Amino acid sequence: MLSIIIIILGVSFILYTLLGGADFGAGIVETFAGPRGTKAISKAIAPVWEANHVWLILAIVILFSAFPLVYSTISTALHIPLMIVLLGIVIRGSSFTFRHYDVTHDNTHKYYTLAFKISSFITPFFLGITLGAMIFGEITLGSPVSFFEGFIKPWLNLFCITMGLFSTALFGYIAAVFMIGETSYPLEQKRYRRYSKMFLLAIIVTGLLVFIAAEVQGHHLVSAFFKSWLSITAMGLVALITLLIFYFFNHPVIRLLRIAVAIQVSLIMLGWFAIQFPVLVFEKNGNHLTFYNTQAPYATLYQLVIALFIGLILIIPSFYFLFRVFKKPKEQKEVI
Amino acid sequence: MIGPNDLARMIWPDIDMLYPAKFVKRKFIPDFAGFEGTLCQISAMDDLIAARMQMAVSLGFHIVFACIGMTMPILMAFSEWKWLRTGRQEFMDVAKAWSKGVAIFFAVGAVSGTVLSFELGLLFPGFMEHAGPIIGMPFSWEGTAFFVEAIALGVFLYGWNRLNKWVHWISGVVVGISGVLSGIFVVSANAWMNSPTGFTWKDGKASNIDPVKAMFNDAWLSQALHMTLAAFVATSFAVAGVHAFLLIKNRNNRFHRTAVRLALSFGAVAALLQPISGDFSAKDIAKRQPAKLAALEALYKTSKPASLVIGGLPNDKEERVEYAIHIPGFLSFLAHGDFEAEVTGLDKFPKDERPPVMITHIAFQVMVASGFLLALAGLLFLVFSAWWKPLLYRKGWLMFVALLTPLGFIAVEAGWTVTEVGRQPWIIYGVMKTKDAVSPMPGLQYSFYTISTVYLLLTGLLIWLMRRQIATVPMIYPSAAPESDLNLKTDSSVKTGTVVPGNK
Ligand code: HDD
Ligand code: HEM
Ligand code: HEM
Repeated sequence: MLSIIIIILGVSFILYTLLGGADFGAGIVETFAGPRGTKAISKAIAPVWEANHVWLILAIVILFSAFPLVYSTISTALHIPLMIVLLGIVIRGSSFTFRHYDVTHDNTHKYYTLAFKISSFITPFFLGITLGAMIFGEITLGSPVSFFEGFIKPWLNLFCITMGLFSTALFGYIAAVFMIGETSYPLEQKRYRRYSKMFLLAIIVTGLLVFIAAEVQGHHLVSAFFKSWLSITAMGLVALITLLIFYFFNHPVIRLLRIAVAIQVSLIMLGWFAIQFPVLVFEKNGNHLTFYNTQAPYATLYQLVIALFIGLILIIPSFYFLFRVFKKPKEQKEVI
Repeated sequence: MIGPNDLARMIWPDIDMLYPAKFVKRKFIPDFAGFEGTLCQISAMDDLIAARMQMAVSLGFHIVFACIGMTMPILMAFSEWKWLRTGRQEFMDVAKAWSKGVAIFFAVGAVSGTVLSFELGLLFPGFMEHAGPIIGMPFSWEGTAFFVEAIALGVFLYGWNRLNKWVHWISGVVVGISGVLSGIFVVSANAWMNSPTGFTWKDGKASNIDPVKAMFNDAWLSQALHMTLAAFVATSFAVAGVHAFLLIKNRNNRFHRTAVRLALSFGAVAALLQPISGDFSAKDIAKRQPAKLAALEALYKTSKPASLVIGGLPNDKEERVEYAIHIPGFLSFLAHGDFEAEVTGLDKFPKDERPPVMITHIAFQVMVASGFLLALAGLLFLVFSAWWKPLLYRKGWLMFVALLTPLGFIAVEAGWTVTEVGRQPWIIYGVMKTKDAVSPMPGLQYSFYTISTVYLLLTGLLIWLMRRQIATVPMIYPSAAPESDLNLKTDSSVKTGTVVPGNK
């Protein structure tokens, strides 16, 4: 049971990174693409962003039902970054929707766009910080500590900040690649290709920074990395695929490119997962929280698997249907 | 100077009695000494109060969108169905216009719901640590229902011109059904907090967990029924109210007439069922949460028979209710179906296990009063549409309906206040106290201020945006344009201005 849940948790996390990442990244890309991009981006993500967003909710629900201690620990120690993530989610979702549906076009659209862009940067950044803090191992709960040590130090450090930068770059990258296929003007496509390359470069740089920051702060990621054959294989594959992607960038193979990028991102996350398995949260006192020592009783896991299974049977075909309906290019004039 | 704490006390008079300061004030070692000092001074609000207020604000905000998300898809699908059957433009226009509003509200509902799923842990980690595995199941079903809802809504909103008409209509029905189901699932999680079952509690830990039993707890049915009806009442009357208001200015507008009629027919039926379901709820809590019943009826002393207290201001010090109307024996009847039955009062509970009486009692009066007024409006609507159709478009009636716009939502907020505050000081009734579940992080009030500000701004923005959208309606929808107004000169069944109410 536990392994099924771990897989579903991992899958929904990866899917959120890919699909939700494309949505959040859209705001990042829009900063570069200007007003022209605004229209294409709105049109591309409006029908799907809410459904994409539910992957995050699913991951959270799995976390608090199946690994309750993990959920309560991160939500206590990482209260501040998580709160910022939430504000980002609220502001981004509402400003995007308001902009999309507000039929009166005047100055307000500028403010919607501004709010949308800012929150699109902040949210992935603090999501990255949160993830970084789970790995970093400065979380101390239970023993009386000062406010700074208990609630700020675990996430406000070099390593977590580089993680934040990394995830911002990652989301931007996913969105840029996604947008290549969402516009039919060759010139626009070229632009998004350029952005994709730019963000890919940013990912490589920030990725290196993450490792460097970890070493500097005494968290030996590199050696942990070389201990896990799964991460080494995953990273090797990532390197190969990256080369392939550079090749695809210059050729009109949008679908292949998307698939390659999806595999690339999933492999990065898999590699990560392999480094830290089975630990979910590293604590300062060494009592790390793992999948095993925090799992809920069997009855809960069992019911959860049933619910998720039936859920997936319903969700996957309807998701497919949703994407099918909107991928059919069809010129139309409609009020909505 | 009035500090935040005094403000909280004004809203929550019994707070000091419930949560003596020694529990609330948490000590932590100051490290940025000077800053720390000022931090404590300006942030005099207790963390526990802050956490509860934040939860209340977030839920009170979300519930509005949740109600809309449960009801509007069904109203839209109904209108579209009428259009498919009759081919009349106005039904299609109404469905389309509504669907745009729904898209906006749905997005806010989705993000505020996401906030909630994190907030449960951010504010009450002690609760989620134990409750997560027990009520995770309804939440995961809820997640499934959301998923289906979000996907089907995407299809519905963007598929007007892309899909076969009936496929499109079915997607609307699916949105409606999954919306209602997701509401029912969450409410069952809340019902579990009121009536915890499906586990054994020993030494501060839950064992023998049975999630299915926990989900179908004793309070589940009455709460889910009452909540679903409430969503229909509140949303339908609010929608009808807005269209009625617009009709006052132009009573021949085909579009708004259709909208009012559609919305009110749902609202009226639900509003008439609501008091019956409320009575069912009351009988239910008499059995499972006598302290809540005593608090909402402001019954300080166990009585046999007990009289029903209507209105009034509870006075905790002297344990009596001032300025109230008493109806002898009636509470016994309402709670136990027998005019002579004994009803447990607050005196049976130790002082630190009594819910705040003032808030609970007043909120209950507000809900019930609104409930009866809405039921009356529903009854009038049904009677008018059966026998005196012309009255439905008279100015007086339209004004009445327009005035009712916020009432359903007021009742919803009041009802949740009854349920949640009436459960205090427990977060899981009889098992865990709220003060033991709250996050140990100091300075929670800043989260509260931030969230409240953001939600306040969003509320303002939404109202403004809706007004802006409504202003464009006559330009977008043919049936709302002045040209298609009903021509009353030739329509003998509708006479404006001259119909006397008495002409039966
Ligand atoms: C349109 C909204 C609305 C209206 C008109 C009413 N209610 Fe209500 N009531 C709710 C909306 C609501 C609610 C917000 O939906 C609650 C909160 C929790 C719940 O399950 O439903 C609720 C809770 C609630 C409870 C507490 C249930 C519990 O804690 O388990 C009782 C006893 C009643 N109601 C009774 C009534 C009565 C006797 C009404 C007579 C007219 C009434 N309600 C009208
Ligand atoms: C299924 C849905 C709900 C769940 C799981 C839930 C859960 C909670 C939790 C965990 C708390 C904090 C602990 C406590 O004070 O007891 C709380 C408090 C509160 N909630 Fe709910 N709630 C739900 C629905 C609602 C709704 C829709 C409202 C609407 C107004 C609401 C109003 C409140 C209020 C006013 C409080 C503060 C009560 C107090 O502390 O005195 N709740 N709720
Ligand atoms: C009585 C209380 C509640 C009811 C009736 C309710 C109902 C709903 C409904 C119908 C939706 C669909 C979205 C919409 O139409 O706007 C929704 C959204 C949501 N709710 Fe609530 N909810 C309640 C409380 C809660 C609580 C306590 C949580 C958190 C644990 C929660 C989490 C969510 C989430 C995550 C979403 C977004 C789903 C999406 O993206 O579609 N809700 N809720």
